[in-house]
Amino acid sequence: MNEIKRDGSGTNYKWVGKNTRRPDGVDKVTGRARYGDDMVVPRMLHGRILRSPHAHAKILSINTSKAEALKGVKAVLTSAAIPDHPLTEPPYPPIINDLHDISRNVMAREKVLYDGHAVAAVAATSERIARQALKLIDVEYEVLEHVLDPLEGAGPDAPILHDYQYTVGVDPTPDKPSNVFRVISGSRGDIDAGFAEADEIVERVFTSQPVHQGYIEPLACVATASEDGAVELWTTTQGHFVIRALCAKLLNMEMSMLRVTPSEIGGGFGGKNTVYGEPVAIRLSQMTGRPVRMVMSRSEVFRASGPTVGSHTRIRMGAKKDGTIVAAEAAVHYQAGAFKGAPIGRAVETFFSSYTIPNIQVDSYDVCVNRPRVAAYRAPGAPMACFAAEGVINELAERLDMDPIDIRLKNAVRDGDQSLMGTTYGRIGLVDVLEALKSHPHNAAPLGPNQGRGIALGYWMHGGGLSSVTAILQDDGSLSVATGNPDIGGSRSSMRAMAAEELGIDIELIKPIVADTGSLAYSHLTAGSRTTFATGMAVVNATREVIEKLRALAAKKWEIDAENVSWEAGQAVPAPSAGDGLKPLSLKELAGMATKMGGPIAGHSEINAGGAGAAFSAQLVDVEVDPQTGFVSPTRYTVVQDVGRAISPDYVEGQMQGGAVQGIGWALNEEYIYDENGRLLNTGFLDYRMPVASDVPMIDTVIIEVPNPNHPYGVRGVGEPCLVPAPAAVANAVENAVGTTMSDLPLSPPKVLKAVESVSGAGG
Amino acid sequence: MKKHAITATVNGDETDFICYPDQTLLEVLRGDLELSGAKNGCGTGDCGACTVIFNGRPVNACLVLAAEVNGAEIETVEGMANGAELHPLQQKFLDHAALQCGVCTPGILNMAKALLEKNPDPTETEIRFGLAGNLCRCTGYDKIVRAVLDAAAEMRGNPS
Repeated sequence: MNEIKRDGSGTNYKWVGKNTRRPDGVDKVTGRARYGDDMVVPRMLHGRILRSPHAHAKILSINTSKAEALKGVKAVLTSAAIPDHPLTEPPYPPIINDLHDISRNVMAREKVLYDGHAVAAVAATSERIARQALKLIDVEYEVLEHVLDPLEGAGPDAPILHDYQYTVGVDPTPDKPSNVFRVISGSRGDIDAGFAEADEIVERVFTSQPVHQGYIEPLACVATASEDGAVELWTTTQGHFVIRALCAKLLNMEMSMLRVTPSEIGGGFGGKNTVYGEPVAIRLSQMTGRPVRMVMSRSEVFRASGPTVGSHTRIRMGAKKDGTIVAAEAAVHYQAGAFKGAPIGRAVETFFSSYTIPNIQVDSYDVCVNRPRVAAYRAPGAPMACFAAEGVINELAERLDMDPIDIRLKNAVRDGDQSLMGTTYGRIGLVDVLEALKSHPHNAAPLGPNQGRGIALGYWMHGGGLSSVTAILQDDGSLSVATGNPDIGGSRSSMRAMAAEELGIDIELIKPIVADTGSLAYSHLTAGSRTTFATGMAVVNATREVIEKLRALAAKKWEIDAENVSWEAGQAVPAPSAGDGLKPLSLKELAGMATKMGGPIAGHSEINAGGAGAAFSAQLVDVEVDPQTGFVSPTRYTVVQDVGRAISPDYVEGQMQGGAVQGIGWALNEEYIYDENGRLLNTGFLDYRMPVASDVPMIDTVIIEVPNPNHPYGVRGVGEPCLVPAPAAVANAVENAVGTTMSDLPLSPPKVLKAVESVSGAGG
Repeated sequence: MKKHAITATVNGDETDFICYPDQTLLEVLRGDLELSGAKNGCGTGDCGACTVIFNGRPVNACLVLAAEVNGAEIETVEGMANGAELHPLQQKFLDHAALQCGVCTPGILNMAKALLEKNPDPTETEIRFGLAGNLCRCTGYDKIVRAVLDAAAEMRGNPS
């Protein structure tokens, strides 16, 4: 069951809030849509990358001569062919923080830092020859000790990944290098006084494992370098402007020499926000004078592209008898993989931001270990924080004999409250979300034997940022809307609905496209749940500019002032006072006359959108635990979320359902399994077990619309908050079914079985 | 390595190609035959994105050797619509918003088609198990299952 709770506004909309057939749909059900590795270019070579078999090793030498001699091999490349970027090189905000690290992640330089780290690459006339060539490259390594766990990595005896890295954010400044790149703390109130007030205190340690975004389309690109220095790049990405900047800066190219065209994207979830094979493909193309295609295999995707962080969290929370939470503290270690950059800032922000807790202390550590460099994954840093924070709230509720929704309502942030980071919440829908969950039939449904119910509440602060749009009126009265944001889950439907609503014409007359980097101003990533909010705002602006020009055109035709022309329901309407005999002009009529009367019409908008604001998702899940095997089956799932406004409700529900199921995988199955040498063992979908259709039930959704006052249609964003509470809710349900605490994800059958046996052993 | 000359019926057309004995059907479909609707999500038969119909049975094209299809009938997503008319499954996937990124969609459509040929009136559970070899990371499967249920009803002559 899916439902929408509207606030009463927006009832006059014709297209916004309605389900329509997506514009890219037919191409996607017929196989016509072109994804990353569907691109074929004449004279194309096939690139492949040689990867480290060691978790941590010095590269002593690389001998490529045998590979170069193989017939059909056109180029062999090592880090020597990629410009070095010293630590001192300044960043390129807001896109690039650290070229030193990214260049070394793209191709290892002094050391390999994880199993799968790129060390060399070839371009050959066939995939087959490229594979053969990789086997002919000799790399001499000096194997070093490695570390995989964030807590061990932060310890004093851990093998050090980077001898130049001294922890930032601690006093005094350390005199020894450390795997801890940075410590970020956040606090308010008096933590000791807060705990002194508490009647009940829960203290626990939670751990979660890195999980991969699990997009079904592997990373793929085709680079075509010309002799005049120009480069064209086709790639699957969440943001081609970012890919352009990264490639150009990494390769010391002028950005003007690189044009990036995004393919259809086969899933991203944050994982396609950065470069892997792209700079290598460009260099190989420059070296050979031929286009080079670079496609990662699934095992390369697992070994060498970024998962999200694994975490270790010690957490303590105290409440009074009436359920008022008075103090909370957390010490959290996030592993960043081989290079710094775990989202610890977001951890500090998200830990307790749903609640009005007066006394808070959060300390977070960004720890390097010998795993692939982490990438973003759908609300980066938040689900593992939520897992710990919601876990202790559920235990507090139980100890205080309170309803888990009531304890949350009692402490929920409301409009005007402040987050730990000092943000004052504007209009937020947290209480609406919790109340809808409380009154949902799921909350009152009976549970069967071996079943348990879990609940969790997730918070996420959405992004805004840079978006550019051009809206072009065509002669036939249709409007082409070009955005710079790859459409990852149906955003073209939303862009189209907003433009149609503004213009007052049939939605089928709006033609949304995703334009390349040469055709628009900068647009930031399709990430941070920002696209329908920020890019949607630019679509509205650009369409309004078209309307202004149409009013001016009608005024010219009627020889009256543009002030006397209004735009209503897809036509220019003269003011009654403007004169007799003037009949409204339709968009189609105006479009037909534009080129003859002044010139073509287009509108554009380039903005830095602010005010996306906070969003909340609350989830209820029932699971059934098989006491014989420890296997957990979710049997019922409800997601309630404030989305501001659902422009395309079907696709909003799809985000909520997909986020919940990713959370089920995170909670129950997904993890990386390494051998004692730090080699990844489960590099395929068979062993990295993501949820399949038979693992999950229907996912019920309740869309709450508390419109965001900072967006013309009230959009808040939707993609990320729905994942945030999912692992916590599932884990809580398993705890409830088993009857004991479960603090280490994933709750795979062996762990659950052990818990079941410990409980039944204690009982019998 | 010696190449083999193969003749197969692909989407109703007699089709010739030459392949190495170790080349997969997926490589040939996506390469020489330019039928890139079958997607390479894993190459190991775990994701189902390359599902095609081989003599009436759904298979992972990445696990079939190209040389095995000599004389066989192969159907891919490109052959699913009847000219400009979409197959009911394609139509229902659009109506139910059963795709987000869409990269798993061709494989799921083929698997669902094969499922409905064997079982025209499947339950939700039968659909879920029937599609358990096809990974989708975007939708959480909910809308996919509903689309297949609805397509099945329509194909039985009981449009919803």
